[in-house]
Amino acid sequence: MHGRVCPLAVSVPCCYANSAQAFPGKVKIVEVGPRDGLQNEKTLVPTEAKIKLINMLSESGLSVIEATSFVSPKWVPQMADQVEVMKGISRKPGVTYQVLTPNLQGFQAAVKAGAPEVAIFGAASELFSKKNINCSVDESLQRFDEVMKAAKEAGVPVRGYVSCVVGCPYEGKVAPEKVAHVAKRLYSMGCYEISLGDTIGVGTPGSMTKMLEAVIKEVPVSALAVHCHDTYGQALANILVALQMGISVVDSSVAGLGGCPYAQGASGNVSTEDVVYMLHGLGIQTGVDLSKLMDAGAFICQTLNRKTSSKVAQAACKL
Amino acid sequence: MSFEKLGELFLKTKINYKKTITGHAYPEFVKIVEVGPRDGLQNEKEIVPTGVKIQLIDMLSGTGLSVIEATSFVSSKWVPQMADHTDVLRGIQKASNVQYPVLTPNLQGFQDAVAAGATEVAVFGSASETFSKKNINCSVDESMLRFEEVINAAKKRQIPVRGYVSCALGCPHEGHIEPSKVAEVAKRLYEMGCYEISLGDTIGIGTPGSMLKMLQRVMKDVPINALAVHCHDTYGQALPNILTALQMGVSVVDSAVAGLGGCPYAQGSSGNVSTEDVLYMLHGMGIETGVNIAKVIEAGSFICSALSRKTNSKVAQARSTACCDASL
Repeated sequence: MHGRVCPLAVSVPCCYANSAQAFPGKVKIVEVGPRDGLQNEKTLVPTEAKIKLINMLSESGLSVIEATSFVSPKWVPQMADQVEVMKGISRKPGVTYQVLTPNLQGFQAAVKAGAPEVAIFGAASELFSKKNINCSVDESLQRFDEVMKAAKEAGVPVRGYVSCVVGCPYEGKVAPEKVAHVAKRLYSMGCYEISLGDTIGVGTPGSMTKMLEAVIKEVPVSALAVHCHDTYGQALANILVALQMGISVVDSSVAGLGGCPYAQGASGNVSTEDVVYMLHGLGIQTGVDLSKLMDAGAFICQTLNRKTSSKVAQAACKL
Repeated sequence: MSFEKLGELFLKTKINYKKTITGHAYPEFVKIVEVGPRDGLQNEKEIVPTGVKIQLIDMLSGTGLSVIEATSFVSSKWVPQMADHTDVLRGIQKASNVQYPVLTPNLQGFQDAVAAGATEVAVFGSASETFSKKNINCSVDESMLRFEEVINAAKKRQIPVRGYVSCALGCPHEGHIEPSKVAEVAKRLYEMGCYEISLGDTIGIGTPGSMLKMLQRVMKDVPINALAVHCHDTYGQALPNILTALQMGVSVVDSAVAGLGGCPYAQGSSGNVSTEDVLYMLHGMGIETGVNIAKVIEAGSFICSALSRKTNSKVAQARSTACCDASL
């Protein structure tokens, strides 16, 4: 029955009436499943399966795919095959394959493996920074200075992430001003885009709005993205308010891959399928073919022997 | 830092700006209509013992909820889960500040409900002809005549009646539903005497786009303070849809503890949105509800244990498994 119901056929306005602020006409989805998603999955995924996943995602219309992470395999065994993955994927023209580079060594290895774009991670919480990468926020930004310099020389664009933008598992509430400070630093250092991550998914439209208001004062809204976790089920509502505030880049993970390392069994990343469903229902273009995306999700869930976290995929509306 | 503490820290971040994107301010207070014991359990496969239903409702009565849909006076032939309607209504401890509406699909059901002590009832209309025929075996017009009898009988006894419009954002049989049809049915129910009309996205297919369009049309015919939204989470869209409704000025939201009740049209998929997740969002926006989220989580935990199933509430899942001193 559901197969016949095709919500995308409903044409809806892409902006609310009686409002000066329209929704963006287009939203860029940054697909983080192969990296952020798989990194937080317990099962080690074979290299070929990762490559196939990325290739399927490339075919679905996504324009940015976070392919892997050049972090030491000692810390993140799931990403040990970083070089083979980068070399093995079929690079579709028009698709950017970014990789994480936590330090200069990682950056050099990434460039050598052919990475066209890299990403660095800062935290808005001191405690989180210390516990996660064993240094203060300032120290981590200094570390990234090296990466930024090298990236500039090599002509490689760098995306910056700020984690714990609403809350931290150790510090609790995070001050919007602190998020703005870190975002501004990353932007001034040369990151072309700053992705603001609600790492433990505690944000709501209330705290999200406050945080974005503070950050937008320091960084142009066109350079901002949101990376919402769905641990408390708030991701789509948070993304909606972000769009209303002018944000037009959204991070998500196919099939909602990647649980929350701070709440076992709870969900982490928001599902790309569910985000795309909402955006298309608002008349917002993404360039993504939802059906092909769901195919990629079905493939990786089968490989991982787990159920999808995407509600759209569960409802199995085939278009 | 426990997740409980963390959760508390995130409550009540009042949004500063008075007007939302639609020009309306967010409501200061939202009334939650808890439909778990009826809509929720009705869509659960396992028959729940009467004692368990009563305990669930009693637990919910202690959470601060002001409306709890207790049961349905429908023929037990059609809905075996609700066969114990009279025992449930008589068995619960009615809190003085809580309403316990019951479904009454026809005059017979209404009379049985009154005999069992019901002080508020509800009738269900549909915005889709096909859904009406398949669900209750009559056209929308015919169902309205049936409801008119109920409403007239209720008026004589000064019993308030709530109206529901199902398939407000889509129908499993017809597909797209015109907002004007939703408005037509909502208006009829309102003019017949329903004090509140709950607009139901029965198959959860709506998005903020279609929710906005539908509400804009319905609000032309029914005052906004008489409207409620009943969003299903089958496609994960319930919270953004509710948020959109709040931005339009709606201040009554239906939800089910633990997200009880799957979707009868998409097997294995979720149905009702979880009360816990709705509360988390509302409280996080500084919107008052009068409800204690921790107590709702307890009630949810109880019923899930009784049903031997996991909760559908993400808030409940996160709260139950959080281990904040974990480090990478």
